[in-house]
Amino acid sequence: MNEAKKKNYVGLMSSIFAIIVGLLFGFVVLIISNPSQALPGFLTILTGSFTHGLKGVGQVFYYATPIILTGLSVGFAFKTGLFNIGTPGQFIVGAFAAIIVGIRGGFLGNAQWIVAVIASMIAGALWALIPGAFNAYFNVNVVIACIMMNYIGMYFVNFSVKGSKVLFDSLRNQSLPIAKTAQIPKMGLNVIFPDSSINGGFFIAVIAVIAIHILLNRTTFGFELKAAGFNRDASKYAGMNEKRNVILSMMIAGALAGLAGGLLYLAGSGKHIEVVDVLASEGFTGISVALLGLSNPIGILLAGLFIAYITAGGFYLQLFEFSTEIIDIIVAVIIYFSAFALIIKTFMERLDKKRNGGKKA
Amino acid sequence: MEYIIEMLGITKEFPGIIANDDITLQIKKGEIHALLGENGAGKSTLMSVLFGLYQPEKGMIKVKGKEVKINSPLDANALGIGMVHQHFKLVHNFTVLQNIVLGMESVKYGLMEMKEARKKVVALSEKYNLFVEPDALISDITVGMQQRVEILKMLYRENEILIFDEPTAVLTPQEIDELMNIMKNLTKEGKSIIFITHKLNEIKAVADRCSVLRRGKYIGTVEVKDTDKQAMSEMMVGRKVNLKIEKKDSKPGEVVLDVIGLTVNAKKEGHTKSVVNNTTFKVRRGEVVCIAGIDGNGQSELVQAITGLSGMDSGKVLLNGEDISKKSIRYKNTHGMSHIPEDRHKHGLVLDYTLGENLVLQEYFTPEFQKNGFLKFKKIEEYAKKLIEKYDIRSGQGSITSARSMSGGNQQKAIIAREIDKNPDILIAVQPTRGLDVGAIEFIHKQIIEQRDNGKAVLLISLELDEVMNLSDRILVIYEGELVADLDPKTVTIQELGLYMAGSKKEEVK
Repeated sequence: MNEAKKKNYVGLMSSIFAIIVGLLFGFVVLIISNPSQALPGFLTILTGSFTHGLKGVGQVFYYATPIILTGLSVGFAFKTGLFNIGTPGQFIVGAFAAIIVGIRGGFLGNAQWIVAVIASMIAGALWALIPGAFNAYFNVNVVIACIMMNYIGMYFVNFSVKGSKVLFDSLRNQSLPIAKTAQIPKMGLNVIFPDSSINGGFFIAVIAVIAIHILLNRTTFGFELKAAGFNRDASKYAGMNEKRNVILSMMIAGALAGLAGGLLYLAGSGKHIEVVDVLASEGFTGISVALLGLSNPIGILLAGLFIAYITAGGFYLQLFEFSTEIIDIIVAVIIYFSAFALIIKTFMERLDKKRNGGKKA
Repeated sequence: MEYIIEMLGITKEFPGIIANDDITLQIKKGEIHALLGENGAGKSTLMSVLFGLYQPEKGMIKVKGKEVKINSPLDANALGIGMVHQHFKLVHNFTVLQNIVLGMESVKYGLMEMKEARKKVVALSEKYNLFVEPDALISDITVGMQQRVEILKMLYRENEILIFDEPTAVLTPQEIDELMNIMKNLTKEGKSIIFITHKLNEIKAVADRCSVLRRGKYIGTVEVKDTDKQAMSEMMVGRKVNLKIEKKDSKPGEVVLDVIGLTVNAKKEGHTKSVVNNTTFKVRRGEVVCIAGIDGNGQSELVQAITGLSGMDSGKVLLNGEDISKKSIRYKNTHGMSHIPEDRHKHGLVLDYTLGENLVLQEYFTPEFQKNGFLKFKKIEEYAKKLIEKYDIRSGQGSITSARSMSGGNQQKAIIAREIDKNPDILIAVQPTRGLDVGAIEFIHKQIIEQRDNGKAVLLISLELDEVMNLSDRILVIYEGELVADLDPKTVTIQELGLYMAGSKKEEVK
C-alpha cells in the first residue's frame, strides 16, 4: 500500500517538526528565566534520562507504559470517530480494580497479578460502556458523558478506598500496598536495566499496541469501526450495526485506559492510590500522546516513549535551578504544534501532490 | 459590439495539469452567456480567475474595454462582478435582511442602521420579482428563497455582472422555471449574466450565447438559437452522445418488491401530516418503475423506509414475497436489495476509504473477502480491479485511490458498480445521475436498462423529467406523500405529468 506508506511518512515528518519547535520554545523559556544556565539546562532535557545510565533508560520505559496505553485508548477511539476524554476515569477505576485484587486476592497465588491486570481492563471497559451506551441509544454526547464519568470515577474510587478498612492506609491517606504476588514480574528487564522500576508491564503495553494495530488495519471488525469513524451514515447504509460498534469501541478504549491504571499500580514501584481530589494526569497525557502520535498505534508508542523521555530528563533540570514545570510547557507547546502538524500535513500533502502532478481522476 | 467582460487567452496551470489552456470568453452587455462543460472541464477555475480567487499565468481580463487586475473577490466586487456559489454562502442563524447587508452595514452613531437597508432591499425585491421575507431566518426558508437572497446580495452591491454557478442543481422544477424568469428580468434591466451549467435544457431555455469548454480547452462559442442540444452536447463531450435511450419493450414478470400501505409520520414537531401516506405499489421483474415528483414530497422518506435507513410507522414491505419490514439493513442488502442512495457522500461512500475498500463496503464480511475475521486484501484488490475495468471507473491510482480524490461521476460509478455487481433482485436508484455530466449519465442509464433487460426489477426515484420519461416503463407520481397517478410513459405527456406532480390532477392508484 503505497499511499498508506506515504501518509505515515508525512505524519512522521509533521510530528517531528512539532517536537523540534516545542524543544526550541523550551530553550527560549530557559534563556528567559536564566540565560547563563540555559544551554546546560537544555542539554539536560535532551540527555537527562541517561544521567544514571541504564537505570534512567529503564525509568523512561516505566513512565512510558501507562501513557502509551492511555494514548492508545484515545487514539483508538478517535479512529472510530469517538473522542474518549474519559481516560482519567477509566484509568483510576482500572487501578482500583487492580489493587482490590492486588490486596485481597492473595489466595490466587502466582496468578494474582494476571487476574489483577484482567480486572483492571474489565473495570475500565465497564466504565467506558456507560458513555458508549448512552451515546448509542440516547444520542448523548460522548465527550460530556465521559467528563461526568471522570469525576464520578475519581470520587467513587476515593470514597471506596477511604471507606474500606481492608484497603485503606489511614496513616498515609492512601491505599495499602499490594501483595508481592500481585506485582507484575520483571520478565528479565531488571537484568538489563538494574535498579529501575521497569517491569513486564511495558511488554504488555507493546502487545496492546500491536494488537490494536492489527485490529484496526487487518480485521473486518476494524474495517467496520473505522468506517463508522469516518462516516457513520455510510456505515449504517452498508448494514453495519453502528450502535453495537460504538459501544464496543468505547469498551475497548476503556479497557486500554483501565489497563494503563492497572499496570502502573501493579508495578511494584511503591505507587498507591492517594485519596486526593485530582483527576489522574496519566489519563489526560494520553490525549497528548494520541495527538502527537496522530492516533496511529505505532506513532503512539513512539510518542509515549518520547514524552516519557523528556519528562524523565526534565527532573534533572532542578540541578540548574530550573523548575521541572518547564517540561510541561515544552510538552504543551509540542501538542499545540502537533495540532499545527495537521496543517503542516495538509501543506506537505499538497506539496506532494504538486510533485506528483496533482492528477485528479 | 462592445463586450462588458473579456477574458483573453487565460491560462491557469496547477502543477501537472492545465486547468485553463488559452481560454477566451467574451460577454456582451445584457446577455445571458452560458458556460458549458463536463465536470472538471475548467469552468469553475475560469470563474475563480474572474472572481479574483486565482491569478492566471497568462492572459488578461478586460472590464468595459479597460484592462484590469483582479487580485481578490473584493476587487471583483468593486468592478461590479458578483457570484452566486453553488453552495450558498449564507449565515444560517441570521435573517434574510442581515445576510443581504452583511459586510456593507450602514452605521449611525456607531449603531447599525437597518431602516435604509430594508427599504432598499424591499425595493429591489419588488423591482426584480424576487420574493423574500426580510425577517425570516435563513435556516427556516426554502433553498429557492435562499438563492433569491444570494441574488439580492449581488443586487444590493449594485453588481453589473452576475455569475451563477450551477444554480439549478439544488432547485425543484418549479423553482428552476422561476429562476429562469428572474434571470431574464435581470438582463432586461441591463445586467449581464454568466450561467455555469451542464444542463442543456436550461441553456436552450434562457441563454443567448454559449461557450463550451472541454478538458481545460476552449472549444467554441455558439448562438443558442441557431444550435440544438445534440450539437452542444457533442461539443461538450467531444463525441456523439445518445440523449435518447434505446430500449426494447418491457416484459414484466413476477413481483419482486411489494409495498403495502407504507406510512411514515412526520418527525418534526407541529407537523401532523404523514410524510408518506399509505402508499401501495408493486415492482416486477423486467420493468423500471419510476417514482416522479417534486423534491420533498416524501420520496426520500419512502425509500429510506423501504431500505431501512429510517423507520416506517405502519405498512409492510415484501421482497420476493417475504416480509422484510422489520429486517436489518444487512439482511436486506444480502437478500437481493441494492440501493443507490440519494446522497453519495453521506450514505454511499466512506470518502476516507480507498476505492477498493468502498467497493466491498457491503461484502467485506463474506467468506470471499475475509477469513476468521481477517480481511483478504489481495482478494479485495483483485475484485476492485475487476469492477474498475468492467464499469470504467477512472481514478488516479486504481483500487488504492482514496474515494475523496475521485470526481463525482466516478464516485457514482463506483457506487453503481458495487450495487449492480451484487446481482440484486431489485435495484433502488435514487437520483442516480444527480450532478453528473452527459457522458456519465449516458453510462448510468445504460446500466439501469441493462439490469431491467436481465430480468431484474428497478425502482427509480428521479426529479429530472427527461430521465423519468426516458427510462421508465411505468411512472408513479408522488404528491405530498401520496401516490396520485400510475402512468404509462408512452401515452402521457410531460405537461400532463407536470400537472400530477403539482397536485392539480389526481387519479385513483390501484
